[in-house]
Amino acid sequence: MRNDTPNSPSTRVESPPTWQIHRTQGGAVCALGGDWIAQTGRDPEFPADGLAGSATGATLAFDGAELGRWDTGLIAFLWGAKRAATAAGVTIDHSGLPESARKLLALLPDSLAESAPAPRRGFRPLNWLGGKTIGMLTELGFISELLATTAKGGMLSLAARARIRAVDLLANIRDAGPSALAIVGVVNFLIGAILAFVGAVQLRKFAADIFVANLVGLAVVREMAAVMTAIVMAGRTGGAYAARIATMRGNEEIDALEVVGIPVSDYIVLPSVLALTVTMPLLYLYGCLVGMLGGFVVALAMLNITGLGYLNQTIDAVPLDQFVFGFSKSIAFAIMIGVTSCRIGLVAGRSAADVGVAATRAVVVGIVGVIAMDAVFAVIADVVGI
Amino acid sequence: MAAPGPAGSGETPLLALRGVTLAFGPKVIQQNLSFDVRRGSIFAVMGGSGCGKSTVLKAMIGLLRPKAGSFLVEGEDYWAATEARRTEIGRQRFGVLFQNAALWSAMTVGMNVALPMQMFTKLDEPTIRRLVMVKLALVGMEQAVDKLPSELSGGMRKRAGLARALALDPDILFFDEPSAGLDPITSSRLDDLILNLRDGLGTTIVIVSHELPSLFAIADDGVFLDAQTKTAIAHGSPSVLRDTCSDHQVTAFMRREHDDADGDKKV
Repeated sequence: MRNDTPNSPSTRVESPPTWQIHRTQGGAVCALGGDWIAQTGRDPEFPADGLAGSATGATLAFDGAELGRWDTGLIAFLWGAKRAATAAGVTIDHSGLPESARKLLALLPDSLAESAPAPRRGFRPLNWLGGKTIGMLTELGFISELLATTAKGGMLSLAARARIRAVDLLANIRDAGPSALAIVGVVNFLIGAILAFVGAVQLRKFAADIFVANLVGLAVVREMAAVMTAIVMAGRTGGAYAARIATMRGNEEIDALEVVGIPVSDYIVLPSVLALTVTMPLLYLYGCLVGMLGGFVVALAMLNITGLGYLNQTIDAVPLDQFVFGFSKSIAFAIMIGVTSCRIGLVAGRSAADVGVAATRAVVVGIVGVIAMDAVFAVIADVVGI
Repeated sequence: MAAPGPAGSGETPLLALRGVTLAFGPKVIQQNLSFDVRRGSIFAVMGGSGCGKSTVLKAMIGLLRPKAGSFLVEGEDYWAATEARRTEIGRQRFGVLFQNAALWSAMTVGMNVALPMQMFTKLDEPTIRRLVMVKLALVGMEQAVDKLPSELSGGMRKRAGLARALALDPDILFFDEPSAGLDPITSSRLDDLILNLRDGLGTTIVIVSHELPSLFAIADDGVFLDAQTKTAIAHGSPSVLRDTCSDHQVTAFMRREHDDADGDKKV
């Protein structure tokens, strides 16, 4: 921004801004001089009480004859003078100022209501506890409702009557399933290998090498494949769902869906949850296979056993009901991850930062939820006796 | 219209495009585009939807490198300069108001305006706070300093975006569709504000718009882009183009809405 000189800022030495108030009969004259460039940081501030004690009805005039270059730095000073004058009941006489500065000064209000800082309230444990409890119960209600509508939509779609488009569902399934094969495979292979390694070191001491097959088979099928696959999917797909829905909310896309009359649960939540529910059990079976393969490779390399013996031992050690148990767990994990991540996306704020918060929350809630649910399943299995 | 020449007597124009061609891959948006922006003018880049107005703006604010031609900032070839120099020019001289204001949504309005000052000047916090308040007060937004962008209406967001564009006291302001999505009253207030800023701070303003009322109200120079021939077909201020341009397409564009606004001229 350049005023009153054709020179570019870099080629000219700036003289420091100066101001001086001379008391006159009818009030005061403020003489301004030098260059007032905001970015130099040298611009003085008009003292808020600079006109205190002046008689009401007096005039504050300006003398801008010595003024060099100026930008908003001068306007900031003049605004300070204007507010001080208003506070002291002094009239301002702009006529000594450059025309352009007068125009800008006219845009500025006479006073500035400093926004009061929000009142700080002390920590009240009961209030906090009550608020948290109500929040959690509300959230539980929302999630149950979402779960119910989704379940209803799922039932309807089984009867081919829901307003869900096959193309959405297939796109979701592709994103949640085949594209996750690599990462689910790597994670489960390594888990199987690690289990075999840990088991081999211990079991070899008792010459019980072959029981590595039992250890790996049971651990992978019953726990690890289901939990690890769910954790990977919570991070990969759950986070993506939450971020996508939160972004759609920020762009008013969710509002548009509602106005057109497409239920959000049918168009977004249902395909997402269904896709996870379809792919997760399949990924679990794939994870079991790859996990046992990982164990097989390590056991063969480290122990004195044959491949055929290991396979036989595995088949004996892992009955079908273990698979059923793991399979059911992975379905439950899928529904939980799908519903919570969609829910977190739907309640997210509308800013870019809120999208990040929603994605993080979805992943954290997903992972903690999977492990907590797994613990519940372990207790149930113990009671039922699987 | 005649080819653009230096506006004053031998004075370098503040901004100049010389034979600029803009393209996304093989798709040419505008070609052989030349115009000058005089210091202190409000220059309008006009044209119908999809003719590449915003793309021209992108090339001028450093977001899109032209395929050919040069963009001169006070005689200095902007796109031939190093990236560091381009950033420096952009920071010191350019302020941009984006179409949707593009306020950083995680920050309050005051922090949005303060951020460029905190990053690029050595001013202390009280001074920055003081300057933020002045800039917000200039656009009438001093009450909203602690609000988040999501709490603002469209017009308020535009004004806050304008305050942010003013943060580093640029001498060139670029506006992308400033009145898009604003009601006529808000839009005309924004026009007044733009005029005041130009008159008050001497800022040169480049404005991309197809809002005729606002163009007639503030622009004193301009260029008309055509989507078919993919180049500039007329140079001059909006009202001159409306009244005297020989190109039928330009006058039709400039008059149609004007007639609609007046109604009686249509008969």
